[in-house]
Amino acid sequence: MQALQILIGGIAQGCIYGLIALGLVLIYKTTETVSFAHGELMMLGAFAGFACMSLLGWPFWLSMLVAVVGMGLFGVALERVVIRPILGQPAFTLVMLTIGIGYVARGLVTMIPAIGTETHTMPVPYKDQTWNVGGLVLNVEQMVVIAATVVLSAALFALFRYSRVGIAMQASSQNQLAAYYMGIPVKRLNGLVWGLAAAVAAIAGVLLAPITFVYANMGFIGLKAIPAAVVGGFGSLPGAIVGGLVIGVVEALSGFYLPEGFKDIAPYVVVLVMLVVKPNGLFGDKLRKKV
Amino acid sequence: MRFLFKTTYLQDIRLVKHGGQAFWYGLLLIVLLAAPWTASEYWLAQLTFVLIYSVVGLGLMLLSGFTGLFSLGHAAFLGVGAYTEAYLASRGWPFPLSFAAAALLAAATGVVVGLPALRVKGIYLAIATLAFSFIVGEVFSRWESVTGGNAGAHLTAPTAFGWKIDDDTSFYFVCLAVTVLATLAVLNLLRSPTGRAFVAIRDSEISAQSMGIHLARYKTLSFAISAALAGLGGALYAHKLKFISPDQFDILQSIDLILMIVVGGIGSVHGAFLGAVFLITMPQVIALAKDLLPAVIGQAPGLQGTVYGLVLIAFVLFEPLGLYGRWLKVRTYLQIFPFYRKGMFKRQKSFLKSDRLK
Repeated sequence: MQALQILIGGIAQGCIYGLIALGLVLIYKTTETVSFAHGELMMLGAFAGFACMSLLGWPFWLSMLVAVVGMGLFGVALERVVIRPILGQPAFTLVMLTIGIGYVARGLVTMIPAIGTETHTMPVPYKDQTWNVGGLVLNVEQMVVIAATVVLSAALFALFRYSRVGIAMQASSQNQLAAYYMGIPVKRLNGLVWGLAAAVAAIAGVLLAPITFVYANMGFIGLKAIPAAVVGGFGSLPGAIVGGLVIGVVEALSGFYLPEGFKDIAPYVVVLVMLVVKPNGLFGDKLRKKV
Repeated sequence: MRFLFKTTYLQDIRLVKHGGQAFWYGLLLIVLLAAPWTASEYWLAQLTFVLIYSVVGLGLMLLSGFTGLFSLGHAAFLGVGAYTEAYLASRGWPFPLSFAAAALLAAATGVVVGLPALRVKGIYLAIATLAFSFIVGEVFSRWESVTGGNAGAHLTAPTAFGWKIDDDTSFYFVCLAVTVLATLAVLNLLRSPTGRAFVAIRDSEISAQSMGIHLARYKTLSFAISAALAGLGGALYAHKLKFISPDQFDILQSIDLILMIVVGGIGSVHGAFLGAVFLITMPQVIALAKDLLPAVIGQAPGLQGTVYGLVLIAFVLFEPLGLYGRWLKVRTYLQIFPFYRKGMFKRQKSFLKSDRLK
């Protein structure tokens, strides 16, 4: 019974990693960039939601909507100003750029007087509620996370598979020049994808805030989403969720059954094993290297 | 303009290409040798840090700049060197032996980290090194009998067969000697067949393989040498700070090292030094500028992180060749005046072509 409880906790945590990894995979699928700034985007989304709810006093749903839309616009602006000039450069350059963006985001939030350096709680309507199902005590916050993840991943999967925009995004990631020839507005799509990824990160941030509270270094949780994306395979949206679940469950179980200290390194051991055994991840595509 | 008329192969690969280089580098060496008597104590300490970070930067430049294997976890090797030195020095080992042991142990760790490198490419390698650095950092925290855990480890001054190097000047000369030797070693490595193999691997792995370069051996060698240099830097770092703890070798330190070589200029030995100078002087500049800014910005705790991030973004966007690249452009302008054209060092515009098969 306790194992089941821990498992559910692990699944909820894994869903958070999966949501952030969704944003990562979205960006990778379209622009073949790995963004190390995604944790910071999640943190900004959480702060935006917190600002709307606590400082402006708006109800939860309105705050969440505003935070998500705001972060989406921020993502579009970010892509336009910073990412677009150097798209097409080697991957390392883009990684350095996203690391720099993460630094700036973290620094700017810390610079806000009085709010940036404190840890805040977010007064969501379902806070501290629990359901009693059978013998299990389920935390409503975690259930909301799991439900939101399922809905979001289904929606994004449908977007990529069945809509023209989604197919255009995949096309521009596979061969950008050919996409230009086919009349696909590649630059506009890139902006859209970054906006979408930032919005997904904002949702993850707002959902995570009741569990881990809102503070400036929240972005480091995003560092565990990269192993999640690697495990699932970078080019696959369901893979991101599965990878996140794997990491979350492994972390929760190792925290309980293994000696102290293994909990923090469990995701990284998993990713190393994955890279040695199956470098493309569980659902990823085969990579080839150009000469 | 200076024309070099080369008549022999040995002349082509000379370390000192012409008299002008000999003059300026000789002058630099004299200035560095005279530093303990011309610079204040504070600036001597900063200069020592610059030398230490240059050694580490040389290692990372060799790995990332010259072999093209990007490592986001180099602070782990720094930590391995530092903790080895702390452990052996407290057991009474003489300094040269513990120094060598730090380098060897760091090199062994580098080989262990480099083994997955043979199977994964590009961004996956960066993620693998990141994962390794987290694991090594956790080992530092948990292995309390050796490293002292989160409480940290203290160090005394290095001793070697009766000498005790306990004042700033002698330690500065030790660092200077190590840096000069490391630089000469790296420069020599780069003009040798091994160094050229590294550059070939960076430019195109498949072509290098078809030229007979054994990829696994050279990649592992690159990891080992770069980790050994980082270990040497770590040992000196431990002695300089006299106290080390696991949180000094976390991902932020790794990103600082990468920032150092990106800002200095990837792909050049000068870049390691320029980057180290940048890394050490940037906090001073920020501290000086704090008083000029309004209090809301100047006294905020996140200012340093923001400035670092902005500088990194600015360099990546506008000056990809780094500080050394900017110096090259200025020097070329002056050398071939008035024939300098605006697009001489321009980046190629490229379209994104997917690495994936389907």
